[in-house]
This record gives sequence, structure tokens and C-alpha cells, in this order.
Amino acid sequence: MTRIGHLFETLARQGRKGLIAYLTVGDPSPDRTPALVEALVRGGADLIELGVPFSDPIADGPVIQAAGERALKAGTTLRRVLEVAAEIRVKSEVPLLLFTYLNPVVRYGLEQLARDAAAAGIDGCLLTDASVEEAGDYVAAMHRHGLDTVFLAAPTSTERRLKLVAQYSTGFVYLVSRTGVTGERESLSAAVTPLVEAVRAVTNLPLAVGFGISKPEHVAELGRQVEAVVVGSAIVRLIERNADNASLEIQLESFVRELKRGFGAHA
Amino acid sequence: MMTPQPDPRGHFGPYGGRYVPEVLMAPIEELETAYLAARDDPAFQRELAELLSTYAGRPTPLYFARRLSEQLGARIWLKREDLLHTGAHKINNCLGQALLARRMGKRRIIAETGAGQHGVATATVCALLGFDCVVYMGEEDMRRQRLNVFRMRMLGARVVAVTSGSRTLKDAISEAMRDWVTNVGGTHYLLGSVLGAHPYPMMVRDFHKIIGEEARRQILQAEGRLPDTIFACVGGGSNAIGIFHAFLNDKAVELVGVEAGGRGSAIGEHAARYRGGAPGVLQGSYSYVLQDDDGQIALTHSVSAGLDYAMIGPEHAWLHDQNRAEYTAVSDAEALAAAQLLSRTEGIIPALESAHAVAEAVRRAPSAHGKILLVNVSGRGDKDIDIYRENFPELDQS
Repeated sequence: MTRIGHLFETLARQGRKGLIAYLTVGDPSPDRTPALVEALVRGGADLIELGVPFSDPIADGPVIQAAGERALKAGTTLRRVLEVAAEIRVKSEVPLLLFTYLNPVVRYGLEQLARDAAAAGIDGCLLTDASVEEAGDYVAAMHRHGLDTVFLAAPTSTERRLKLVAQYSTGFVYLVSRTGVTGERESLSAAVTPLVEAVRAVTNLPLAVGFGISKPEHVAELGRQVEAVVVGSAIVRLIERNADNASLEIQLESFVRELKRGFGAHA
Repeated sequence: MMTPQPDPRGHFGPYGGRYVPEVLMAPIEELETAYLAARDDPAFQRELAELLSTYAGRPTPLYFARRLSEQLGARIWLKREDLLHTGAHKINNCLGQALLARRMGKRRIIAETGAGQHGVATATVCALLGFDCVVYMGEEDMRRQRLNVFRMRMLGARVVAVTSGSRTLKDAISEAMRDWVTNVGGTHYLLGSVLGAHPYPMMVRDFHKIIGEEARRQILQAEGRLPDTIFACVGGGSNAIGIFHAFLNDKAVELVGVEAGGRGSAIGEHAARYRGGAPGVLQGSYSYVLQDDDGQIALTHSVSAGLDYAMIGPEHAWLHDQNRAEYTAVSDAEALAAAQLLSRTEGIIPALESAHAVAEAVRRAPSAHGKILLVNVSGRGDKDIDIYRENFPELDQS
């Protein structure tokens, strides 16, 4: 079992909910990322999604698109992301999930990536643009090296597709709260509850909900329904606005702490 | 016998498939189901054929380029897609997909455009059927294809400037996909080339294969035999696959796809995917794509906005690997010279895209004495007049 599996076991045992934090590795520079991750963990992040920058991020809104451009300009490559992960792993046992578009992975080589990611201390991988139908070789390679494969379930997914998603996912299933690209929203989508019910009907895996979540109120509402909540763009925006500010790490830490208060007694 | 269809998951050999966010999988499956039903529905095909004939102007002529042939030595025939309504082959696919959207009950259409020809054709069919139309276009392409931007607006479409990345076709497709991810329910994404996730490469090809079916009939009637070589420009590759398809099993017929050689051989200076590209995933499909060692998609350049794209359609990747089609590249300068030559010898100003195909035929004609060369003139040059003016300043003195 990976650190991801252990995390969800621990959360369940302790009656807690998990906060998953996303950041784009290399924004504002690869050297800064380990310290930013440390700050997120100090604030209480239970799992870190390490976003791999990609030139053509079709599933991302403007905030994460811009972060990816900055990271690429700063020289971030998939190889560098793995080095950053290894650096984080020296100091921390926080579960790490690689969050990436497929092409950099194809270019790197599936088998080689699985081997190198495992060696770097990464626990699992999520591909934003690979349907389960195309993911057979990828899943096999990841599992051979003991990595979890997390897939997305969407409000538009049919029951047949949700079954496939559940079948190929290990660790947890990532529920996309709404149709649309990544980015903060004022309110939660009404699509979440029916989606949670539909996925529960096909799997016993822990569920996390992401896309559009930026406030403690969102976290509170979702904490009543699923095991973990993902916050991405709001964190990336904080990094963007305070990249040159010495208090960035402190701000990240307190932002995550604030979000986790949303879980109330389950934080 | 070549397989005329991809496998059930949309693979041409290893290429093609479906690489999109999960949100889009359901609408793509819905589209596939609707398309397969429409394809086998005589009423759908009848209505499409009627519109292609009475509205778009099919069949297009096959024209013998007498002066060009005399000058160069081969027998050169031109398939005149440039004479279609809206000025290019793109209308074939737009009519098909628009009728399909209506059948699916979708009344909002989104599209990407590079040169603007697909955008104009999309705006046209939306006006024809009373649909809302949003066209995404890179800011750089809007600048170099101003006339087409105005045409789209005159036809009632909203043109959205895309300011990310290289501000060209690739970025316009990403933005259209983001719109579709957001508005899945009532929106149809009218993709303009043989790119994207299955069923697009197959469906768009099917709507264009009439080009080759007509040309095959016409050349047999005119020459009593098949052509020796067929030339077509390849951006995504829709006009090329359209004219190639009817000839795939005619093994003696050489098929030549012409990519944009741009202004140099370094990455970023051209859009010739077989010169430096490698198989990879972009915007829904697996095929040859220009990219760096880290798997980041490369910037491209071509004087022709319609060819200025990092990936080639997956069926072309497969035809390439099977050695059934040959792919070559023509530079900006060669394409411009070919446009000038065709204008002066035949009175036909081609689109810059099509000028790439003409240039390759012109290059080979002197060593193809007595042979029959067939060139797909996929579009006309009206939209490119600003670029021609920039490049032929000597013609622009008052």
C-alpha cells in the first residue's frame, strides 16, 4: 500500500477528512517548490498534488495556465519535477501525487517514469487527458512499480464509464465537481451530490472532490460528503500574487489552516 | 486492401484514439453514436447531398491546367475545391457536422480556425441553420487573416481572440476545448480537421472523401486512366485525406502530402511534422507532433495560417508509417512563388495552403514528362491577398 492508501486508512480511523493541495511545480521556480510544499504541509495539507507544467493545458483555467507558463519559463521539466519530489521526500512523508498531461509522460517513457517516480518517493499519478480506455499500458506500468493510479470521474460520466474509472483507480477516485476547466468559483455545483452517490454505487475507494473549491465553506459542505477535498487554483493564485513576498510561505500555511477549519471537528 | 475504417476505439494502427478529460468522454461517445446512425441514414445523406450540390456547389470541376502543363512537361489537373461556396473545401465538413448537430438537438456551435476558412464555413452553416456560433481564433491569425474575421462577423458569428501560447491554431483549439468542457450540454464542437479524439478524424474524413470520389470519376472520364501522383497540402490534413481516400487501394497512384516547410529547418521555424516531430498526444489524439525533449509542444511557423499547426492527423501518421503516402515539405518562399505562377499561367489565385501542393507538383513536373499529376486546390487566395501584397511589394506600387 502506498502512502496514499495509508493516509485514507488513517483519516478513516481518526474520523478526519483530508485536504489535498495542488501546486504547479516550478512556479515561480523549481528551487522554491520544496519550501512551498513544506508550508502547505505545516498548514495541514494531507496530500500534495505536484502539477507538471504543460504547454497546452486544455483542462485548465487561466490561473493554472499562467502558472504552467511561468514554470516552463523557469526551466521546469518532468525530470526536474521528479528531482523536486525527491527533495521533498527527504524531509517529509506527505503523500505525493503527480498531476500531469499525458504527452510529457509519453515522451519520458511510461516504464521509465514509473520507475523514476517511485524512486523519487512519489506515490501515485493522475493524467488529466487520458481516458481509461487508453490507459491500459500506463496503469500496468504504474502498478508494476507500486504507484497508485487516480482517475477522474465527471458529472457527465455515464454509469458504464464510472465503473471503468473505479476499476482502473487505486488510492482514491477524483471527482470533478462541475463541467468546466480548473478555477475558483463562488459556489459549489449542484452536480456534486448526485455524482458522489453515483460513484459510491460502483466503488468502495475513498473519494476526493476538486475543481472550483477555494473557501472554508466549500470544504465544510464537501467534508460532509467525501473523504477529501482538493484545492488548486486558489493556492496557485496565492503563489502568483506573493511570489516575491517573503511572507509567501506563512500565507500559504495560514490559508491551508483556514481551509481546514471548514472540516470543523473532522479537521 | 487497406482498412477503410479505424478500429472501434478510433485507432489507425497505433494512432488516433481518445485523449480528452473525462468530462468530454460522454459527449464524444454521444457524438460517435449519433454520427454512426446518421451515416447509415439515407435521409441524412440525401439532405447532405442536396446541400452540397445546391448550396455549396458540388461537384467541383476537375480542370486541365493547359499552360502550366505545357510549361512544365507533365499533364497537370486541378481539383477545384477553391470554387466551392465560402472559398475552400471546409464547407463539406461543416455542412455534415451542422446537420448532425441539428439531429442531436444542439443549437450552439463552437469552432476553432487558423486561416479563417473553417471559421467562415462554420459561420456560414450556422447562419444557414439558425445556430449560435462562436469561433475561437488566435490573435496572430486574426491579424494576418483580417478579411475572414470580418466575414465571420458579417455572417453573425462571434469571433473570440485567443491570446495564449503562440496565438495561432493550436491555441484556438485548446480554447474551443475549454469552452466545450464548460458547455457540454447544448454545444457541438465543430472541429475543422481530421484531428482530435475519435470520431472526429474518421467523421471529418468521411465528409471530405467526396473530393477524391469525384476526382477519381472525373480523371477516368477525362484521361481514361488514373493519375500517377496526387498532391495535397497537409495541416491537420482534411483536404489531403479527402482526396487521397478514394485512391488508397489504387496502389499505382502515388499520394503526396505537402507540409509547411516554413522559413527554416530548426524547430519553431516550420510545421513539417515528419521533420523533427515524434508520436505524442495533443488535443485528443495520438500522432506525429512537433515537440521538445520534455514533451512540450513546439511552436510552429508557416506563412500559411492553415498549415501552421504542430500535429498531423492520425490517419496521415498511419499512411506515412505504412508507406502508402509520402510526405514532403515546401518552404514559404516556394509556396509564394507557386501561387504567383498559378495566377499567371492559369488565372487561378490559390490559397497559400493550396499553393504548397501546387509548389510540390511544379517541382516534380519537369521529371514527370507525360505523367498525370492531380493537385487538390483546396481553397482560393482571396483571404491571402494581404499576405501576397506584403510579399510582392513590386505589384503594389501606385
